Amino acid sequence: MISRRKFLKNTVKGIAGVALPVAAIEFIDPKKIFAEKPDAKTRWVFVVNTYKCVGCGFCVKACKIENKVPYDAKVTRTWVERYVMLKDGQVFADSPMGARDGYTTSKIALGENRFKDIKPEDIDKAFFVPKLCNQCDNPPCVQVCPVGATFQLPDGVVLVDRTWCIGCGYCIMACPYGVRFFHPVYHTAEKCTFCYHRITKGMKTACVDACPFGARMIGNIKDPNDPVTKIIMTERVAILKEEYGTKPQVYYIGLDREVK
Amino acid sequence: MSTGTRRGSSSRWVVVGLVVIVLIIRAFYVPSDFGVGQRGYMYGWHRAGDAGFWKNFPVSYKFQNDYCSSCHPENYNSIMKSPHAIIHCENCHGPVLNHPSDPPKLKVDKRRALCLRCHYPLPYPTSGRANIPGIDPVKHYPDNECVTCHNPHNPLEGLK
Repeated sequence: MISRRKFLKNTVKGIAGVALPVAAIEFIDPKKIFAEKPDAKTRWVFVVNTYKCVGCGFCVKACKIENKVPYDAKVTRTWVERYVMLKDGQVFADSPMGARDGYTTSKIALGENRFKDIKPEDIDKAFFVPKLCNQCDNPPCVQVCPVGATFQLPDGVVLVDRTWCIGCGYCIMACPYGVRFFHPVYHTAEKCTFCYHRITKGMKTACVDACPFGARMIGNIKDPNDPVTKIIMTERVAILKEEYGTKPQVYYIGLDREVK
Repeated sequence: MSTGTRRGSSSRWVVVGLVVIVLIIRAFYVPSDFGVGQRGYMYGWHRAGDAGFWKNFPVSYKFQNDYCSSCHPENYNSIMKSPHAIIHCENCHGPVLNHPSDPPKLKVDKRRALCLRCHYPLPYPTSGRANIPGIDPVKHYPDNECVTCHNPHNPLEGLK
């Protein structure tokens, strides 16, 4: 029989024995300090001007090709929504294939192969809204990842580690903006990266460059002379779903309350 | 009492053994650059090396005007004088990739659907689309490519 004193002694020893080596590794590993290196010179932000967007969808086409998202799969990192508001108060919205091929019909896609044609004289207001990852300051997708596969860089861009992602889909459910999906080839979570391979080389994102009308802009909000910073600081801009507290960093000009 | 001591010492070794096994697996399985970033336990976990993967992702679209104009100045100059100057070459001609070595020739998209992206009439107030002239694709020469009659590099010059 084991005595009570001995049992308690062994228990304390055991817990200490388990806890100590783990704690030692936790605090000493120098590689971890390397991962913590802050870089405060850059914070990438985006501006979308909905007045300028004509719904041509060149941005979606360029994004899918540039980032090798399978072209005919019904997933996309960026997309353009169409909103049509009628004089009688009805609101219609669609985004067939994410507007990869633009809007080449006045018929609104209602889903399940049903369409509604709307007469121009019934329209109160109608416009296009490009959407992409908001690279939130408080990214809920990063918070919920159980394996640390999705992360935010000091410059604000949220990325997915394809070798580390287990494909559980929590991040896809957590994103209030619905920007995440499963990559049809890699079966890992996929999202807009603000074209990280382009912006880190001094280029603009593929969608910004492809837009003929200047509806999309990317910039560094830490640079006071950046035209994007000036727009955000001096013009009337809005963000999506502010009430969620995610602090999204894609700013919209001409947003309507019907746009969620 | 003596059997109790023996049992205690053997279970102690089981615990120590398990801890050692877990630590060995952890040392091999967890990448050396995996850790908590500056955002702490709620947002910080990541493998630092993955940023390099996304940085080194290949660029397909150059979207640089001088890259196209250095070899094709006459085509570049003609479109720059037209309202289509705002549309970059690669939107219709496709991504440049490593052209001219690979691919040696770019495939231009001549489908009607490409032109209709902007020129299907959608008179939406509060959208720039309302200001672009459009055609009804069902009635306007439905069986022809637009480029049969129109020059996309200079649409205002008149019909071919």
